[in-house]
Amino acid sequence: MTTTIGLEIHVQLATQTKMFCGCSTAFGDEPNTHVCPVCLGLPGALPTLNAQAVRLAVRIATALGCTVHEVSEFSRKNYFYPDLPKSYQITQFDHPIATGGSLPIVTEQGARSVRLTRAHIEEDAGKSMHAADITLGGETLVDFNRCGMPLVEIVTEPDMQSSDEAYEFLRNLRRLVRWLGVSSGDMEKGVMRCDVNVSVSPDPAKLGTKVEIKNLNSFRSVKRAVDYEEQRQAQCIADGTPIMMESRHFDEVQGTTTAMRSKEASNDYRYFPEPDLPLLQLDPTELESVRAQIPELPWEMQSRFERDLGLSPYDAALLTEERSTAEFFQQTIALYDNPKKLASYMETEVAKLLNERDKTLTETQLTPATLAGLLTMVESNVISNTASKDVLPLLVDTGTTPTEAVRSLGLEQVSDTSAIEGFAREVIAENVTQVEQFKSGKEAVLGFLVGQLMKKSKGKANPKFAGEILRILLK
Amino acid sequence: MSSELPRTLEQYRHAVRAHELSAEEYLDETRQLIERGDPQVKAFLHLRLDAARSDAQAADPSSPLAGAPIAVKDNIMMAGERCTCGSRILEHYVAPYSATVVQSLLAAGAVVPGKTNLDEFAMGSSTENSAFFPTHNPADLSRVPGGSSGGSTAAVAAGFALGAIGSDTGGSVRQPAAFCGVVGFKPTYGLVSRYGLVAFGSSLDCIGPIARSVRDAALMMNVMAAHDPKDATSVRRSPVDFEAALQPTLAGKRVGIIRELQGLDVQPEIAAAMETTRKAAVKSGASLVDVSLPHILSALPVYYIIAPAECSANLGRFDGVRYGLHEDGRDMTETYSKTRNAGFGTEVKRRILIGAFVLSAGYYDAYYKKASSVRQLITDELDAALQSADVLLTPTTPTTAFRLGAVTDPLEMYKADVFTIPANLAGVPAISFPAGKDAAGLPIGLQLMGPRWSDADILSCANVLFTALGGES
Repeated sequence: MTTTIGLEIHVQLATQTKMFCGCSTAFGDEPNTHVCPVCLGLPGALPTLNAQAVRLAVRIATALGCTVHEVSEFSRKNYFYPDLPKSYQITQFDHPIATGGSLPIVTEQGARSVRLTRAHIEEDAGKSMHAADITLGGETLVDFNRCGMPLVEIVTEPDMQSSDEAYEFLRNLRRLVRWLGVSSGDMEKGVMRCDVNVSVSPDPAKLGTKVEIKNLNSFRSVKRAVDYEEQRQAQCIADGTPIMMESRHFDEVQGTTTAMRSKEASNDYRYFPEPDLPLLQLDPTELESVRAQIPELPWEMQSRFERDLGLSPYDAALLTEERSTAEFFQQTIALYDNPKKLASYMETEVAKLLNERDKTLTETQLTPATLAGLLTMVESNVISNTASKDVLPLLVDTGTTPTEAVRSLGLEQVSDTSAIEGFAREVIAENVTQVEQFKSGKEAVLGFLVGQLMKKSKGKANPKFAGEILRILLK
Repeated sequence: MSSELPRTLEQYRHAVRAHELSAEEYLDETRQLIERGDPQVKAFLHLRLDAARSDAQAADPSSPLAGAPIAVKDNIMMAGERCTCGSRILEHYVAPYSATVVQSLLAAGAVVPGKTNLDEFAMGSSTENSAFFPTHNPADLSRVPGGSSGGSTAAVAAGFALGAIGSDTGGSVRQPAAFCGVVGFKPTYGLVSRYGLVAFGSSLDCIGPIARSVRDAALMMNVMAAHDPKDATSVRRSPVDFEAALQPTLAGKRVGIIRELQGLDVQPEIAAAMETTRKAAVKSGASLVDVSLPHILSALPVYYIIAPAECSANLGRFDGVRYGLHEDGRDMTETYSKTRNAGFGTEVKRRILIGAFVLSAGYYDAYYKKASSVRQLITDELDAALQSADVLLTPTTPTTAFRLGAVTDPLEMYKADVFTIPANLAGVPAISFPAGKDAAGLPIGLQLMGPRWSDADILSCANVLFTALGGES
């Protein structure tokens, strides 16, 4: 059995205002507070295009390697639904802003470049809340705050063959949109939503019947829905029951898909060019400047970290999950040339503190300079690795320099041999029995003596130096 | 006093500025005319005469419109006033905002006496399709005023307002202007903001002035023409003083006569008015040129595909969910169906059905797409013809005003738009001006069309011909 998967992903663009009006895109406010005649579709109101939304769409399309078209066209997609106040959605149909492009993915099945069909700009609908979600008997309420939110819809070719690949595609796409500042990519808030097309075929050379699973709102749901659908279609094939070309709904609780009413699925949307908006014309010099401003992409940086810095694939992936982390890492590396040590320190000690504080790296006071400074102090034995864990919270919370933090905590490691020699002579004088034991060949006693020396130095003596000096004096 | 009343906006403005007349006094006179005449003419759907009187009191005599009463078609939003579009579905709808054009008129000192009757959602050529009542032609109360802006043109013709605004999708300002004996101007698409005009055919709709003289239309255009950031199809251009651009003659102008329209069946008096006007043009220094527009007769069928297609989408929003008429059904679909069935009249339903059909899967290419290509062809031909002529002269209508109830076949009704539709398809400016009367004393209107953005020139040429034929200068 061969499974073929294609995705249609809606990504909400991170603009301040909606696609065609000046209403705020803030999430989570009282229903129907971010509305105006335009996004409510009141008679006589007209749409005007949000230039920032177009810029963000061009940015993501460029990063995905799409052909961005200098001229594209808006269309009306007509259907009746209470959360669609104009009775049509303004979208792009025949002439989308971008076509082609691809996104690389890596799974256990290997690396693959998933080709894209197109990317187009459109507006979101409002949100219907049905009786099941609310305590009102049988009523449906509509919140139009979401209505008119700017979206880019990215459609893939049927290039994926497993739920893992679909999952990985979404994960990598989310990483990219965040990386570019195009969207928060937050699936739980509905900022990224996904329709999945799945077809299972007994003949690897032939596609099976395409079944669409609509409106999946978490990565996990996508994976579960694909897994279920794969098994359902395989069963249909085994039983000889025909697979219907249809739209299905995923039940989060049961983990199953069910056919949607044919009425919902078989709309004739009567697309036609949107007469209220002129053709969207992009200035070639502006397109070039968007292209020039695309940073190194996460997967590019990830493979560079592996190749040039010798990081493990795991470390490289983790560090390039967020652009701010990756850039912090790069800036720190310029000051502290031990990538593996830095990677491991960031993933353990720094990550732990961020986790405790529920903050991202950029929300703290830690800077590449202070982190590099701290690790250099460990490397040159000014403080111990253990002591660094006491210093780090100060750097994170107060922004103080590592030198000051170490001084204020009194943690400088004593590597001055004359000071250590002083402590060593005292220890030898005070522990006659143990000294005798050592001299008679009981090597293990040295540990005890080092411990005594550390105590005297209040833990600041460099333990390696302490052992060596004791050994010399006891000869 | 009424015999001394100014007949035009220009005369009114002069009188008010000379302190011979106040805006209040004029409004009181207007009120009397309305109270006496409108029960027969039925130009208005709603009046706001008390509010208008306060507005007139507050009006600045030195403002461009100096408190002049300007009527507004009831498919254009005026905040706080009902906006019914002549439809049951919006019978109680109160505009929550004002159209950009209404804001501009009010800011220029206009006073709105009321909202005028129209064919439901501007679909019709007689104002008989109003869901509330038909309007009568002030020139002959047994006849229609034309449509769809029949209320606005009747109001101006009857002296209920010094000017009015209407919307013109296929001739809805020009055709009733011709029937009522007033001036109706459809500007270049994009010159006047559509924001706040309830959309019918969005790529065709234009708001235009209706006036007693061409000069008055130019005065109104000075207020109405402006780029509007709220309308993406509004075009940014340097402002033009349309009144100052009026020239005394047609010296050097080439007046084009469209060959393909010559064979059309036109009422003899209208053909005679064309001849008289051609002579007047030549006398004023113009030359006549013969132009050919091979596909112009396809304009009518093309229009009756494009306009319904756009209307089928534009009118989808009237679903009873958020505002307007609501009829409960057992489920969502039945609620939509019952609401829209009860709310829309026959002509509106017909056009929605035609529109949904021509856009539907399997028919789109044969109808909508083909119509769009032919529309482009007609536009190209018109553009080419307007290289060899500065303006094109045609009748506005094939006949003068017909009797109420006389035209019942929708196709016959549609044919009344044959001369006016090409300008909407091509987005070019066109004006209808009075050019005499027929044997029954009914007004005749002729039309001038010009290239896009030649609005000032069209107004100027129309003004020369209008005054040469005896109109107010």
